[in-house]
Amino acid sequence: MPEQLIFATEVALNGLMTGVLYSLVALGFVLIFKASGIFNYSQGVLALFAALTLVGFQDGQVPFSHLINATFGTEIHGFGFELPAIIAIVLTLGVMVLLAILIEKLVLKHLVNQEPIILFMATIGLAYFLEGLGDIMWGSDIKNLDVGLPQGISPVIDTVTYEWFGYGFFIDKLDIVATVIAAILVISLTLFSQYSKQGRALRAVADDHQAALSVGVSLRFIWVLVWSIAGLVALVAGIMWGTKSGVQFSLSLIALKALPVLMLGGFTSIPGAIVGGLIIGVGEKLFEFTVGPMVGGATENWFAYVLALVFLVFRPQGLFGEKIIERV
Amino acid sequence: MKLTRLAAAAVAASLAAGPALADLVFPSLSYRTGAYAAGGIPFADGYADYFTLLNERDGGIGGVKAKVIECETAYNTEKGVECYEATKGEGALVYQPLSTGITYQLIPKVTEDDIPMHTMGYGRTSAANGKVFSHVFNYPGTYWDGASIIVKHLLEINGGDLSGKKLALVYHNSAYGKEPIRTLEELSKKHGYELTLLAVDHPGQEQKSQWLQIRRERPDYVLMWGWGVMNQVAVQEAANIRFPMENFIGVWWSGSENDVLPAGDAANGYKALAMHGTGMDYPIYEDLKAHVYDKGRAAGAGDQIGTVLYSRGMYAAMLAAEAARTAQDLHGTADITAAMMRDGMEALEITEERMTELGLPGFGPSFKVTCENHGGPGVGMIQQWDASAKEWNLITGFIESDDSVIEPLVQEDSMAYAKENNIELRCE
Repeated sequence: MPEQLIFATEVALNGLMTGVLYSLVALGFVLIFKASGIFNYSQGVLALFAALTLVGFQDGQVPFSHLINATFGTEIHGFGFELPAIIAIVLTLGVMVLLAILIEKLVLKHLVNQEPIILFMATIGLAYFLEGLGDIMWGSDIKNLDVGLPQGISPVIDTVTYEWFGYGFFIDKLDIVATVIAAILVISLTLFSQYSKQGRALRAVADDHQAALSVGVSLRFIWVLVWSIAGLVALVAGIMWGTKSGVQFSLSLIALKALPVLMLGGFTSIPGAIVGGLIIGVGEKLFEFTVGPMVGGATENWFAYVLALVFLVFRPQGLFGEKIIERV
Repeated sequence: MKLTRLAAAAVAASLAAGPALADLVFPSLSYRTGAYAAGGIPFADGYADYFTLLNERDGGIGGVKAKVIECETAYNTEKGVECYEATKGEGALVYQPLSTGITYQLIPKVTEDDIPMHTMGYGRTSAANGKVFSHVFNYPGTYWDGASIIVKHLLEINGGDLSGKKLALVYHNSAYGKEPIRTLEELSKKHGYELTLLAVDHPGQEQKSQWLQIRRERPDYVLMWGWGVMNQVAVQEAANIRFPMENFIGVWWSGSENDVLPAGDAANGYKALAMHGTGMDYPIYEDLKAHVYDKGRAAGAGDQIGTVLYSRGMYAAMLAAEAARTAQDLHGTADITAAMMRDGMEALEITEERMTELGLPGFGPSFKVTCENHGGPGVGMIQQWDASAKEWNLITGFIESDDSVIEPLVQEDSMAYAKENNIELRCE
């Protein structure tokens, strides 16, 4: 195999893995949009908030300690113990569910039947609020997130590919774990929506709010449920991205990477989020590999959007989105 | 009637006392929020704490209290310009924007408003030419000095010969990240190394392509001009591909604790430029503790003291305070204006003796600013991260940049700016 083709294969494989990470973020958007028609601008910040909370629990940090110390002149920082990762994850999930209940009670409940743009604006406000809340609760320093996930080159893939091609491929163990977790997440979500009572109710609401309400489905419960699931997805995304770079406020910007995935895959399709992520991941990496050096590099951010736009021209609803037909 | 008499007495008393001296105002265009907050917070804390120390310990500068006005920029250029416009009318003496993007926007504004700007180790490098840039100062070193110092360090550890070596620059795809490219290209002609440029888009959370390329091409050394999350991800990615950390060298903005701690032990051996000393082994910290921290007057959460970027903020404040003191001596008044402050910056002289008096012996270089040279001595050190001790260790003394390469570049760029903007040359 020619050397450039071997390199391109390695790049494409890494693109697939990166695409899975994009999909993890995009999934949260899709879940909420599908169930409530809300484009949740705060999804990236949810991932940040979840990761901050997780690290806070793990480190035994007292929430709002800076505020408490500044107000009362105390010197409180931690509880004096650290929590195992699994307990911290469960507690964080609890916080995300509580957050979903509060969002429904304090924000969404009051905006029922409002225009989608109003709901979108509300999520912008929510994003800024959560970013500030995360800062006040846990501080704005960079936090090391370690839940025991492996990182670094996979020696097995390195060895096998070296034997095959004479060049060992680099695949990050963390990316492999992320792929497995994303697969489990998607299968679980699909099973949940297909076979559970709540899942069917969720699909009914997604299909037609009015009809679902008329057969006794509680819209408020569904909103809490879907925001809780989006919180879970945000936590998974936060763990993956936070493990790579430490937990810091730029984590919320990963939402920017999910937008082209949504444009390409469609806002209402879980498989679309996955396939869209993979296409964007592979596309941007291969473009950077082939064309990047000729145009000075750093093509990935804009190329993802250009690729999504090209798809939009031919299929405005995205690859897997529902075709909207409005009759006069 | 009683009230009228009281008011008249108060007016008379205040007239008799003479006009009160206004505070010396030092705006701090800080960023405590947003993607780059982790770097902005310690700098802003160090900047504010030093002035608090002067107020608490010495009663201010030359008997006049210093006042720091913070304005949040979130590292956003538009917000930075808004902050400038909002604070310049409050008697601002000198601006320290901590952003190359904001610096570029403010250069014509500060010049027109007659307010000096200090861009310490960042901003527009060619502003070091005081003949063209009357109100911009970038002492004690510039990006181009930084690039040259790294190459000199590499020359030193390679027996003075870099011919045939491969260097890669991983840089933030912004005005800041692109600054050293020209210098590194010029130096590659002189020393015969091959240079590969690898741009990383803001914010730098995803760098797989760049590090796969590094793994394929195996450069001997990787240099980094990063900021924020880009630094942490780059260090982690370098560790992931098993790139030798001692061959990975960042600029001084890629050399704080923030940049290496998330990678844990894997970051051990990573090197970075240092424009000043590290750690808390300086007498000034005792004063800071006694006069600022123990009195509960620390800026922010008070948890940044001793970190690299806190030290840098403190150093920036110290240089501003010394320039203000110089301006007071120069103009014979404690109540200085921004124009006088500019004169003070241009006449600033930092000696080792003075640094020792200030409680910072050996912390920074000795230098003298002149009308022609606003860039200072252009020196820097190399520091290396010890992951087990979680501390930076200086592994070289001050290294001088290659003036024979830097100076012509400064002249060329600044003269082009002067021509473009019809600027009459000064100092002649």
